[in-house]
Amino acid sequence: MAMEHENISEEAVIELDGVTKSFGTQKVLDGVNLHVKRGEIMVVMGGSGCGKSTLLNHMIGALTPDSGSVKLFGRDYATMTDEELAETRMRFGILFQSGALISSLTIGENVALPLREHKSLDDNIIDIMVKIKLELVGLREHADKMPAQLSGGMKKRAGLARAVALDPQILFYDEPSAGLDPVTSAQIDQLIIALTRKLHVTSVVVTHEMDSAFTIADRMCMLDLGKVMRIGSRKEFEDLRDAADGELKSEQDLLIRQFLRGGAEGPITDRQQSSGYADDLSLVATRTQ
Amino acid sequence: MSEADKTGVVKNIRNEQNAVVLELRGDIDMSRSSELREQILDVLQQKPAALVINMTDVAFMDSSGLATLVEAMQLSQRHGSSLRLTGLATRVRSVFEISRLDTIFEIYESESEALS
Ligand SMILES: Nc1ncnc2c1ncn2[C@@H]1O[C@H](COP(=O)(O)OP(=O)(O)OP(=O)(O)O)[C@@H](O)[C@H]1O
Ligand SMILES: [Mg+2]
Repeated sequence: MAMEHENISEEAVIELDGVTKSFGTQKVLDGVNLHVKRGEIMVVMGGSGCGKSTLLNHMIGALTPDSGSVKLFGRDYATMTDEELAETRMRFGILFQSGALISSLTIGENVALPLREHKSLDDNIIDIMVKIKLELVGLREHADKMPAQLSGGMKKRAGLARAVALDPQILFYDEPSAGLDPVTSAQIDQLIIALTRKLHVTSVVVTHEMDSAFTIADRMCMLDLGKVMRIGSRKEFEDLRDAADGELKSEQDLLIRQFLRGGAEGPITDRQQSSGYADDLSLVATRTQ
Repeated sequence: MSEADKTGVVKNIRNEQNAVVLELRGDIDMSRSSELREQILDVLQQKPAALVINMTDVAFMDSSGLATLVEAMQLSQRHGSSLRLTGLATRVRSVFEISRLDTIFEIYESESEALS
């Protein structure tokens, strides 16, 4: 179980300020402010399509905001030199939503890939490092398999082994437990916690799995309509999840509680029903709202 | 980079009875693990009965450093030497633990224990 722990420092290693991003006419991020502290696990939640992956893509410098700034380790992506960008990239690892393994390489070769970029590392050292990383995710005996020979969960774990190949200081996880069986999913949770607590890694985890979120999070943040709707400690979100109707102070509280509990009835559902379905079908709504 | 890293990774090499003691210093990361590797290979050429690696002045080690020590163990076993580690800071010990290598290495609380 994650606890408030001494490894978290007040220093922010990821800083998003006023980040806005549109795709065409669709504004996906609308002034997102989010600071992640060194050594913490920040869980990012929100409905499907609300912009979580887009947010992660800004954090890794794969997308540039229309306005606002994104800083990693105190450096703004917008003003980084190529050299600084390359150096920054070495300091974080990503577990993509899809796993993103190279299909023509074995699992071991996939993990070795980022290590081979370090010319100073001898082949024998790389082989040992690959074994250590694969052991970490329980795939050591599958090193010689091709990605196509692995199950979805094993691909995820192989992706994680590759993400940690260079001992990153920040790890980004996009849906690490989606599609995994409960045991594997719990193992991934424990691995995220161990990496953070033991190796002082900072983690940003996008997840829909509430059990997992409440197991690993130090802080949680909920995205909605392109903004950070709520950010707080795990305890604050637990209290909200467990609150009785009378204890909720706002419509927003109700909405967050519905999301955390995963209930079908509540403001999220109401909003879906009223969001221009009739317009979309080129119909005139016959009932006034 | 800390003050200690500005100089070599080996702080001192001592010959004790039946053992060579290698004292390390500074962070052992990608930029310094190959230097450590060369030094270890050098010492193991002498086929000492035991190689004691004292890491008291090492605050941080990454997995390239860890892999270098694994290779050192492979080689020492081949040479019939015994490899012993001592002076592991909590943070360094964590690197062994998370990789489940703390049970594979011989790790001692003090150098005198490692030598006895
Ligand atoms: N490159 C792109 N071009 C155009 N639209 C995009 C692009 N990337 C994302 N979008 C749109 O932005 C919105 C947010 O997408 P995003 O992938 O960030 O959502 P998400 O919160 O990660 O969803 P999910 O939970 O389903 O993974 C979606 O409506 C998506 O269609
Ligand atoms: Mg997504």
